[in-house]
Amino acid sequence: MSYKYHQFQVVGRGLPTETEEQPKIYRMKLWATNEVRAKSKFWYYLRKLKKVKKSNGQMLAINEIFEKNPTTIKNYGIWLRYQSRTGYHNMYKEYRDTTLNGAIEQMYTEMASRHRVRHHCIQVIKTATIPAKLCKRESTKQFHNSKIKFPLVFKKVRPPTRKLKTTYKASRPNLFV
Amino acid sequence: MPFKRYVEIGRIALVNYGKDYGKLVVIVDVIDQNRALVDAPDMVRGQMNFKRLTLTDIKIDIKRVPNKKTLIAAMEAADVKSKWENSSWGRKLIVQKKRASLNDFDRFKVMLAKIKKAGVVRQELAKLKKETA
Repeated sequence: MSYKYHQFQVVGRGLPTETEEQPKIYRMKLWATNEVRAKSKFWYYLRKLKKVKKSNGQMLAINEIFEKNPTTIKNYGIWLRYQSRTGYHNMYKEYRDTTLNGAIEQMYTEMASRHRVRHHCIQVIKTATIPAKLCKRESTKQFHNSKIKFPLVFKKVRPPTRKLKTTYKASRPNLFV
Repeated sequence: MPFKRYVEIGRIALVNYGKDYGKLVVIVDVIDQNRALVDAPDMVRGQMNFKRLTLTDIKIDIKRVPNKKTLIAAMEAADVKSKWENSSWGRKLIVQKKRASLNDFDRFKVMLAKIKKAGVVRQELAKLKKETA
């Protein structure tokens, strides 16, 4: 499973000056498609929080964070701030996924489809793994059933490889299961 | 026509697309409407879209997200492998695989066997025709 958005831990500080020998070190966890973008995002956020810019700061470390348990299903809650056509809004969204990167990717695609918000207008405030009892959204709570059972209603049978795909078929497909 | 094959924990499914094509996997948990967490004795537990799975009639008795040992034990207890290989669907797949793996000598042998079988059938038919005529 390759994810578009990777999670990075970026550590940086302002450059040491005569007045401040040991400037404070700041660490951020953020999502970006690659390391270069992650570093750029780091400076963007840090500029907004502290009086430091990339030109008078230094990057100390950047590491990718990988999912600890990619074989268990978790409920992720994501708090975000996004820019719509008329202003900034906060949102809380829930996703069920095996990895946090997967949930973030779901979030970006859902924001794009439901609210037409592009990736650069979204800021992730906080993410958390939510235990099942504390989930707020019905669409995630409906899967919290240990005896879950549903049929697959429309079953379109695909060719097993894209090479065997044809434009015309001799007969109509049978969609029942 | 009510539905007979449900997506549920313990349902055996056949993978019909992608890297694990042709494998039998167990649905171990449901992530959301489109994806399930699947597991098989020889693969790492992972998520799969329902579009890549075809449900079978076989279902084993497991709890939600069992560990690998319990899963393998449950599959042995329910005897999934023999049930699959004796089902008509499973047998058809085995025959398809065998046919695809024949070399030219094997195909020659198949041709001789077919001719022989047709000869025997025709002899029997001639005998029956003689009796009724």
